[in-house]
Parts: sequence; C-alpha cells; structure tokens
Amino acid sequence: MNGEFLTPIDAFTVIDLIFMSMLVVVGIAIVRLKDLFAVVMLSGVYSLVSAAWFVSLDAVDVAFTEAAVGAGISTVLMLGAMLLTARQVAPTKPARHWVALIVVCATGAALLYATVDMPSFGDPLSAPNAYVGLEYLKRTGPETGVPNVVSAVLASYRGYDTFGETTVILTAGLGVILILGLGGPAIKRKKTASARTKAAKANESKILGAHHVVLRVVSKMMIPVIIVYGAYVQFHGDFGPGGGFQAGLIIASAIILYALIFGIDAAKEAVPPSLVRLGAALGVLIYGGVGVINLLLGGNFLEYNILNPAHPSHGQELGIMFVEIGVLVTVASVMLIIFYGFTSRQPDIKDKDW
Amino acid sequence: MSSSIEFWQYLTGHFNYIVVITLMMTGLYIVISTGNLVKKLVGLGVFQTAVFQLYITMGKVSGGQPPILEGVHESASGEAVATTIAEHGEAAVVAATEHGEQAVLATVSMAKTMDEVLVGGVLYSNPLPHVLILTAIVVGVATLSVGLALVVRIREAYGTIEEDELQEANYQHAKGALS
Repeated sequence: MNGEFLTPIDAFTVIDLIFMSMLVVVGIAIVRLKDLFAVVMLSGVYSLVSAAWFVSLDAVDVAFTEAAVGAGISTVLMLGAMLLTARQVAPTKPARHWVALIVVCATGAALLYATVDMPSFGDPLSAPNAYVGLEYLKRTGPETGVPNVVSAVLASYRGYDTFGETTVILTAGLGVILILGLGGPAIKRKKTASARTKAAKANESKILGAHHVVLRVVSKMMIPVIIVYGAYVQFHGDFGPGGGFQAGLIIASAIILYALIFGIDAAKEAVPPSLVRLGAALGVLIYGGVGVINLLLGGNFLEYNILNPAHPSHGQELGIMFVEIGVLVTVASVMLIIFYGFTSRQPDIKDKDW
Repeated sequence: MSSSIEFWQYLTGHFNYIVVITLMMTGLYIVISTGNLVKKLVGLGVFQTAVFQLYITMGKVSGGQPPILEGVHESASGEAVATTIAEHGEAAVVAATEHGEQAVLATVSMAKTMDEVLVGGVLYSNPLPHVLILTAIVVGVATLSVGLALVVRIREAYGTIEEDELQEANYQHAKGALS
C-alpha cells in the first residue's frame, strides 16, 4: 500500500550506493592507519572513487579535475612531503580520541538536523536547480554558442570569479617559493656545474637502467601522448568536458612523471624553473590582458562580446579560448613550481628505510 | 503509519546528504584526533572533498544528463537559429533594464513546472555547482601544497612533525629564554 511512496531501486541508485559505501570504507581506513605511506595512497584512492562518483552525478568536468588533482598531483606532493618528514604516525593519547569523537558527533548531529531543510536528492524543481543554474543553461547556447555550459559559465559569466581563483593559484605558488625557497640545492647544483649534472645523470641511468627499463620505455612513449591529450582537453573544452584547469593539471603531471622516471635534473633541463616561474605570472597576465583589451575596445572588463561586435557569440568564444589559455599556463606552471620546490629539498629518509 | 512514510521519504531523498556528512565528519575526526601534521592535512583533504560532494549532490537532477548542450554548433542552420535567439534574448534584456530592477528579476524567475526546467526539450543537471567546485578543487590543491611546504619547514626547524613534540620543544625553548 505504500508502494507509491517507495523510490524504486534502479541502476543509478545501486551505483550511487556502491560509490558511497566505498568512500566510507576508505575514510575509516584512513582514520585507523598509522603508516603515512598507506594514508597518503588511500587519500589518492578516496579522490579517485569520488571522481567516479562525480561522473555518476553528471559532474563530468568536476570528475576530470578531481581525478587529475586527487589521484595525480596531490598524491605526488604528499609523497614528496612525506619523504622529507616522517613515515609513521606517532600514537596519540586516548583522551584525544574521545574529545574528537564528542566534537564530531555534536557537529554531525547539527548538520544532520540541517539536512531536513535541504531539497530532496535529484529534485529538478528544487531551489538550487530551478533558478540561477537553469538560467545559465538557457542562456549559454544562444549567447555564447559554447555547448559545454560549465566552460561558458566558468570563463564568461563568472569570469571575474575565475580570474580571482587563477590569482589565488599564483599566490599559492608564490607562497611555496617563499617558504621552500627559490634556489634550493638542486637548482644551485645545476647552475654551478653542469658536468656534475651529467655525471649524476650517467650514474642515475646506470642505476635506473638496470631496474626500470620497462618503466622508462613505456613512460617515454606515454609522455608525448599525455601532453597531446592535455592540448586536446584544452581546446575541446568548449565542446566536451575539459578546459584550462584540467589541461594544466594533465600537462603538469606529464612533466612530473618525466621527473619521477628520469630524475629531477633531467626534468629541470627540459623545463627550466625560470621558465615555469615566468609562466605562472604570464598566465594571469593573459587572463587580465583579455579583460583590458575589452576595456580598450570600449566594453566592460571581461565582456567578450566586444571582441566581435557583428557576432557577439563569436566574440564570446574567442574570449573564452584566450582566458582558458591563461588558466592553462598558470595552473601548469604553479603545479611545477610547487613540485620543484619540494624536490629541491634533501630527503631525510634513506633508501634502505623504504 | 504516516510518520514512518514521512521518515522513509526523508531517508530516500536525503540519504546522499547523510553519507556526505558522515564523510565530512570522518575528515574532521582525523584532523582533531591525530597529532601528525601530514595526516592532519590528509584529513583536511577528506573534509574538503566531502564539501565538494555536498555541492555536486545538490546539483544532480534525476534523469538529467551532464550540462553539455545538445544541438549547439552542429550545423550552419543551427547556428542561424542560435543567432536569432541571441538577438531575441538581448532585446529582452534591454527591455528589462529599461523597466528597472524589478523587470530583471521577473526575467530570471524560478521554474515551477517540469516543462520549464527543460532546455531544448532535454533535462540537464545544474551546471553552477560544477563551476564552483571545479575551481575550488584546483585552489584546494594549491593551498594544500602551501600547507605541506609549511610542514616541511617545520620538520627542518624542529626535527619532528608531531604536534605534542612541537609544543614540548616550544615550551623548552621558552623556559630556556626565561631563565
């Protein structure tokens, strides 16, 4: 008799439940583990599972970014930081766990009480779905001619926002430079004696060549493909999932992969740190420059219509493309600044401890 | 009986939120309960991802598809249609601004029926949370790396990344400075 109120269990619900239970299991495993290496790897797994969940929730662009960030770059950075700090988590006092449990239960109960006012999951007529978001969906096609609404909103409608966020990323890169230093030991070594770099490389290839032949050969084939894929994601971002943020992360991770396999000195020779520092600022300059060009042409800041007055939607496409290039350059450069910053420090853990 | 039906409706409609809050609290628990700074940052990452999941869950529309429009940019005739709509849309906006702010509000009104939420006859999920979260993820990794850089410097200065030992070292240092 209650049949009409029961939501039928369809394939989507099953997938939803599988992903959510996997996330909870991984979360609890992270809580319980003491080995930092396992904690960091599980945080990568957690990100990858949530990326898969985002796909099932229709957020393809978000899933793309989460997979590139969580399972790729942030795991590498965490491993790098772990290499410089510690491998094990020291046990804490039991009292602390009880305090944490009380705080978490109280906060969780308050948040659960708040969910009663939230719209039902998947409701097309709920306040968030039927108002501004819908308006963007309706306007994007006619006004910008860009099929991917996420790209259009990101770079055009909310262009100020994205400009601010690109600047935040640049600032974070500057922060890492300030904290970890501009010319760490690795950079100095390269500048003072390139002969030593060559010797180190020869030595390294001797060590690596014996053990990682498959890894080297495969990655040598993969890296160009990854970079080309990054370019595809960048320029196809208007039509399908993708855009400057995702492409920047993919290209940065290709270079990080190169550094991991062939050594940091080889990577710094291919992509010098000075170039990367220039790129971080250049990307923000391109983004802001597009805005200033619009001002000079008589429009408002980041009002792309003015780029092609006869066809405003073509102007929009042009503006979105240039702005996304700015985002790509900044994101890729800052990720490499951060990576170089961590690798310029001498690791504390010896090889035999691994 | 009716209260149990209401509870069931609440549960099926809000189950995702409940799981997301569980994950959020898992992250918070890690942040509070561990003294290791790297694990704290992992916990913060779990919390952050849970916030992202909350937003994306809200933007999901049952039976919807990803917000990539169908039929835009497919043919020259399609483009012509798009341009006419653009002119039309612009005219509407101009008219709205002449009538002041109230008219603008009237053009952006909340959809009340299922027909109103269809765009070109297709149901899409809400793109706005996707935009907000997409940039937040990249900003998140940038700020995470600033945190990790601080942890690395703390390790170099103190020789440890455990909170208790750091406080002990600070205490000893302050005691030494006083005496």
